Order: sequence, then C-alpha cells, then structure tokens
Amino acid sequence: MSLLELKSITKSFGAIHALQGVDLSIAPGEAVGLMGDNGAGKSTLMKIIAGNFPPTSGTIGINGKHVAFTKPIDAREAGIEIVYQDLALCDNLTAAANVFLGRELRKKVGPFSMLDYPAMYQRAGELFSELKSETRPRDLVRQMSGGQRQAVAIARTRLSDPKLVLMDEPTAAISVRQVKEVLALIHRLKDTGHAVILVSHRMPDVFEVCDRVAVLRRGSKVADKRIDDTTPEEVTGLIIGAIEAA
Amino acid sequence: MTDKSENQTDHAAIDESITLRQEVSGFGAIIRTQPFWVLLALLALAGVMTFVSDAFMTERNIFNITRNMAFFGIMALGMSAVICTAGIDLSVGSLVGLSGIVTGLLMQAGYGIGVGFLGCMLAAVAVGFVNGVLVAYLRMPPFVVTLGMLSIVVSLARVVSNNQMIWNFGPDQDLYEWIGGGAILGIPNVVWILGVLTAVFWWVWRYTTWGRWVVAIGGNAHAAKLAGIPVERMLVSVYVVCSLTAGLSAFLFVGYTGSVTNAMGFTWELTVIAATVIGGANLMGGVVFALGAPIGAALIELIRNSLILAGIPALWQQFFVGLFLILAVLLEQIRNRGGK
Repeated sequence: MSLLELKSITKSFGAIHALQGVDLSIAPGEAVGLMGDNGAGKSTLMKIIAGNFPPTSGTIGINGKHVAFTKPIDAREAGIEIVYQDLALCDNLTAAANVFLGRELRKKVGPFSMLDYPAMYQRAGELFSELKSETRPRDLVRQMSGGQRQAVAIARTRLSDPKLVLMDEPTAAISVRQVKEVLALIHRLKDTGHAVILVSHRMPDVFEVCDRVAVLRRGSKVADKRIDDTTPEEVTGLIIGAIEAA
Repeated sequence: MTDKSENQTDHAAIDESITLRQEVSGFGAIIRTQPFWVLLALLALAGVMTFVSDAFMTERNIFNITRNMAFFGIMALGMSAVICTAGIDLSVGSLVGLSGIVTGLLMQAGYGIGVGFLGCMLAAVAVGFVNGVLVAYLRMPPFVVTLGMLSIVVSLARVVSNNQMIWNFGPDQDLYEWIGGGAILGIPNVVWILGVLTAVFWWVWRYTTWGRWVVAIGGNAHAAKLAGIPVERMLVSVYVVCSLTAGLSAFLFVGYTGSVTNAMGFTWELTVIAATVIGGANLMGGVVFALGAPIGAALIELIRNSLILAGIPALWQQFFVGLFLILAVLLEQIRNRGGK
C-alpha cells in the first residue's frame, strides 16, 4: 500500500492551470525525485502536499485514508514534514530554538511551566550529530553557513519521526561536502522507512538517492520512471519537452 | 595525505574560533547587549552629576527620579513586546488618559478601588484588542492603526470625561493615593511594581513559550506561521499586553497626582518609544530585553533631572532625549557592523 496517494490533482489560479490531473504515489521508504522546469508546477504540487492550499480538484490519501489539508499544521499532524527552500528559519533565534519552534519542550517548576533549555539543547545536539553536522545548538542561525542552516531545517523534521519528508531544493546553494551530508541523510531517512520527496534541479543528486523520478511539464506529469530504467539524458529531454512523454 | 590532515586541522581551528565567538555566555553575553552600554552611560551621567550638583545624590532626588521613571518604565515593558514583533503602538499615551478617566469616573461615582482598577484595565484591554485585531487579522500597518487609535482614544477620553477634571475618588481615595504616591521601605510603590514587572517580563522572555513565540514572530513571522505558531492570536495578545501596561501606569499615575484630566498621558507614547529603543529594542523586530525598558526610561528621566539641576532650561529636555535616542540607535548599528 502506498503511503501517499495523489489522484488527479488539479489546481487553477483563475485562468492559469498550474496542475492538470497529476497522479503520484509513494511507498514507505521510497524516495521520489520531483523534477521539472521553472513553472512546471513543482512548487504548486508541493504546497498542496504541504497543506498551504487545497487542490481545486482531486484527492489526497495517506495510508489509504482520504485527507484534506487546509493549513500546514494539518499536513504535519498527518506525518508530513517539509523542508522549505527558504528554510523558514528565525535568524534571531538559536539553532535549538528553531528546531523546536512551535514544539518547545517544557518542564514544570511548581505551578509554572518553563522552557526546558538543557533538554532542547541536548536533543538538538543529538539530531545534529545524527546528521553529522557541526551545527551547534546554541549558535544563532544568523551567524550560520548555508549548510548549517540546512541542517537546522532538516533536524526540525526529525523531531516528530514523520512518515514523509518533503524537501524543496535542499542541495541548492550549499557546498559540495554539505551536499554529500544531505544526501546521506536522505539515505538514512529511507533506511528507517521514511518516504522522501525531493524537489531538485540537480540531476546527479536525484539519481544518487531517489528510487523513482517524476517529471512535470506545464502542469502535467509526463513521466514516472524507476531510476534504473532511465537516464539523465532522458529526464532532461522530458523536462525541456524534447521527449514528449515516457 | 598530509594535505588532507592539514585541511582537517584548519576546519577544526575554524570551528574552534566560531565556537569561541558564538558560544559566549554569562558576562560576555551581557556586555554585548545594548542595555548594558546604556546602563554604563546612565552611571557615567550620574557620576558626573554628583560633582555638578550637591542636590543630585540626595535621597529625595533619587526617590523622585526613580518614581518618575517608573511610570514610563512600566509602559516600556509592554512597548518592548510590540516593538519586538516589528510593530509599534502610538496609542498608549492617549490610552493613559482614557483609562485614567475611566478609573476616576468610577471611583468618583462611589465605587471602590477594585472596581476602579478593573474598569481601568478593561478600557486598556478593549483598546489593545482592537489594535491587535486590526494589525493581525486585517493586516493593517501598526503605525496607521495605532495612530488612528491615538486620535479616537483622545476623543473618547474627552467625551467620557465631559472635559472635566476629576479629583474626588470616593471612599478609597486615601488608599488610592497611597498606592500611587506612597512608598514601602523608602522605595516608591511604583518602583516596586516596575521591579516586579521587569522580573516577570524577564522570566516571560526567557522561559515561556509566549515569549519565545513573540521573538520568533519578530524574527520571521512567515517561518513562525509555518512552524504552527498562531501568529494572529499572538499579535493580538501582544497589543493587549502593551495596552495593559499603559492602563496600569495610568492607574498608578492618577493615584500619585490625586487628580486626572483627559490630557493626561498626552504625547507619552513618544517618551515610551524612546525609552524602549534606547533600552535596546530594534524597530525591525526580533530583539527584546526586559531590563532595557527600565534602563531606557531611567536614562530619559535622568537627563531631565540633570538638566534641571545643572540649571539648563527644561525647554532643552526633548532635545537631549532625541539626541540620546539617535545615539543609541547609532551605537547599535556600529556594534552590529563590528559583529559581522
């Protein structure tokens, strides 16, 4: 049974049809690369899965159950975590504070409930070391490198042990060494039964970690192939439209 | 092989220096904050004043300075919260007038001090709530909303009071005047209240999710929203808190002066905002210091007091407050540039 099942998802913004009848299914432990040129509908599809807005028509199923998201929290509660391209971090807070943002750990002191700094620093530290990142829980995000910021955003998704992690361009704008770290993390997510959707422009990254690649062009899915059955050349052809469909 | 290990030591060295630079704690963290430097300026000014005027270090003068600053300090604590969300509340000054009038009218009508206090706070909550709803849910600019509210509230205060002064506070008059103007252990009651509130806000900013979320909203409201923080409700609560501090300050000030007119508090918002910014708040949001509010308010009151004692006409007071405000922001800019 598939973990996430999208059926004939359509999204229109007035006269603009951003998505036209897209189907997509993902099994647990599977990583799917979502590729397409700018304006192909990747972001729109992502935002629908993330609960930013509902589709105009079509259904979303999780573990066979029909769901309807109206806000990002609904998606998170259904087990979908998102790493946004802009990372959605608060620069003025520490790494640990960002990891726990909205889900702060608290402890009781008499009648008062207070933020549990030691526990949050410790847990954030564990998450960073799992990611093999040198990010320090007490550092301010403002002072961090692109890779460290990425680690903070990814560590945040690990807090709740999600079923599906959606990553929007996680390997853009970070160093080669950090790309390897992020890809290694995606492998680890897969090994532990998490499904991953990787939205990326970087062909080598998709071919390294994904099991399948889905290609969007002008709001329609034009291909959904196993990585073993395709080549970067074919995918490029599909993205730019040199190959009609596959 | 040697190359590689050298690279690794380089990384280690870089990490080490990053750690040293960023994981500052205790005293190191304190001296990086704006309130610390303003406190130094405060102490320096006080030091100079002890030589300029014999009257400065007298118990009476210190009593007066601390009492006068407390009214602004209490309001600056609330204003800090609003400014931390990158907002501003221009209506607090006129709210002092309105909530003071409400208190006066209730107590003049023979109600006890409890009812007077409650009415004062309800007026404050109402104004803060409207401000908050307009800013958070209708996404109007805080400057415009609270500027409009300033005008509305001034007018309401005039209407409600029928433009009369109130100096009769009914059966609890003596108690009320003691609360506002009295002292415990030689320290004015309002200063005790400022101290307790500062401690409460310090705790709130450091140890509560409410405080953490307000700071997060100031840093990146969009990210806060995506993280599941109820940004709109938080914003409403922030404006209500700011108004409550204005209401409390009004309640105490009426008790202290023993009378109230609807002009009370007029233009106080400027002093409160100046105190908040001098105390380290950043109008771009995301920065808050509980201790900054009383320190900023203290500096402004100290300037006023010093000018009087040094024989400089009080007409110059606003000039120096403005000067310190600009200097404080300049200092902040210079320090930020150095830090990056």
